Amino acid sequence: MENNTILEAQDVRFRYDEDEGAKKAPYAVDGVSMKVRRGEFVAVLGANGCGKSTLAKHFNAILLPETGTVLVEGMDTRTDEKLYDIRQKVGMVFQNPDNQIVATVVEEDVAFALENLGVPTEEMRTRVDEAMKLAGIYEQRNKAPHKLSGGQKQRVAIAGVVAMRPDCLILDEATAMLDPRGRAQVMKTIPSLRDAGISIVSITHYMEEAAQADRVLVMSRGRIVMEGTPTEVFSQTRRVRSYHLDVPQAAELRDELADAGLPMPEGVITPEECAKAIYDLLA
Amino acid sequence: MLRDITIGQHFPGNSIVHRCDPRLKIVATIAYIVVLFMASNPVGIVLSLLLLALLYRAAKIPFKLITKSLKPILPIVLFTAVLNLFFITGEGDPLIHLGFIRIYAEGVRYAVLMAVRIVALIAGTSLLTYTTSPIVLTDAIESLLKPFAKLHLPVHELAMMMTIALRFIPLLIDETEKIMNAQKARGATLDNGKFFERVKALIPVLIPLFISAFRRADELAMAMECRCYHGGDGRTRLKVLRFGKDDVLCAAVLTLCLAVILSTRWLIPTF
Repeated sequence: MENNTILEAQDVRFRYDEDEGAKKAPYAVDGVSMKVRRGEFVAVLGANGCGKSTLAKHFNAILLPETGTVLVEGMDTRTDEKLYDIRQKVGMVFQNPDNQIVATVVEEDVAFALENLGVPTEEMRTRVDEAMKLAGIYEQRNKAPHKLSGGQKQRVAIAGVVAMRPDCLILDEATAMLDPRGRAQVMKTIPSLRDAGISIVSITHYMEEAAQADRVLVMSRGRIVMEGTPTEVFSQTRRVRSYHLDVPQAAELRDELADAGLPMPEGVITPEECAKAIYDLLA
Repeated sequence: MLRDITIGQHFPGNSIVHRCDPRLKIVATIAYIVVLFMASNPVGIVLSLLLLALLYRAAKIPFKLITKSLKPILPIVLFTAVLNLFFITGEGDPLIHLGFIRIYAEGVRYAVLMAVRIVALIAGTSLLTYTTSPIVLTDAIESLLKPFAKLHLPVHELAMMMTIALRFIPLLIDETEKIMNAQKARGATLDNGKFFERVKALIPVLIPLFISAFRRADELAMAMECRCYHGGDGRTRLKVLRFGKDDVLCAAVLTLCLAVILSTRWLIPTF
């Protein structure tokens, strides 16, 4: 069904301007076509500089494609009049939580986007509380952001975006700067966001995070080179490695065991599956 | 320790002074300063000091704090007093005549008056920052300046700049500490040496700090754009300042007090 698609990229190409010389920079995004369906959790993987963050910035019109089109719920990101509709529909959370919190009190920061959108004060109050509860930072609402931990700050940033009631949330390496505990805190909010009907596009380096997604895209040199469920993608260990990526530890262990001649099943990517396979083997 | 520094110190509380509309507090502070300099006789000055003491009492802020906030400006107070003492010439014979130094009764009076006025001025403005958080203060300034937006004064932008500055001060202080440690680890000496050497030693701290601040600004701007920021037009606020019943009462009481103090200027002749 067509109206189930939230984000759609059609043969998108983009390159950054390079001032020096007549030589044009290579395409950072080189002909990408992809779709994100309503309620889906998509993980985008790729080595540094593969164009995944550049692609993400196309989905809320921070960047506009050189050729090709990006559609957000059928709206072309090039339409100026729809700019704020698009940005309201597609929220974005970046890597460094400190550089995206504007206000000096948590709840005021969560309200920032709503203030910009001109939401009436009474409605704003309920939406801010709702977003803070969803992100699990309601107890911290009156604190100053610099007194919070990294994981808490990143959840403030998520709440600030969720308050807009977006249809899709893009996490642009949102867990990259966090310690394992902070990362776990952020990852824990994802199921509740999905329950609220928000699609998630997570750009990440962490394979364990990608393993929880519905669908995984692997990018290399501005193109999508692999696509499928986490099991499909991570089973092809060698191919994933050839794009300078790791595979989840469980898949790595399975491979080593298979190489050692043990009859391990295909498609083992989570620790639970791996444990079960080994248990079956021993039994 | 460093990270708790903010502009003006704020002491949270729940007194009538704390709860009062911040706009009223700002206007009242300005009015108080004006009255302070217009009330030219001792009765007025004593009354205005009394009013201030009462307000401090109501706000439950220890007097100890006033002396603390006055310490850095003590040299200025003394300097003004001494200048007045020596340079005001009055009628009649000087009190003291030592060579070229002549001190008149008028001079002594002015010296004391000026010293008391400056002390009251600092104590009065401190009360404002003690009882009002910087965020609320920013909101109040934005609200008070709003009429000037018609004259193309960028009121919203100024308020936004203040908010962002307040937000990033603790962050940049943290960062400065980190950079200083990093440079110390590479053998930089920041703490000793002559004045100029120390200033020079700060350069390798300031340059990375500025570069990182610009990078932060760039990212912040993008994050703000992502959250539909497009200037002050059509913006609503989460917290709206309300001028309530209590505020009307406060405003009335304060106006009355200031009017009484001011009237002493004409009612009671200077001695």
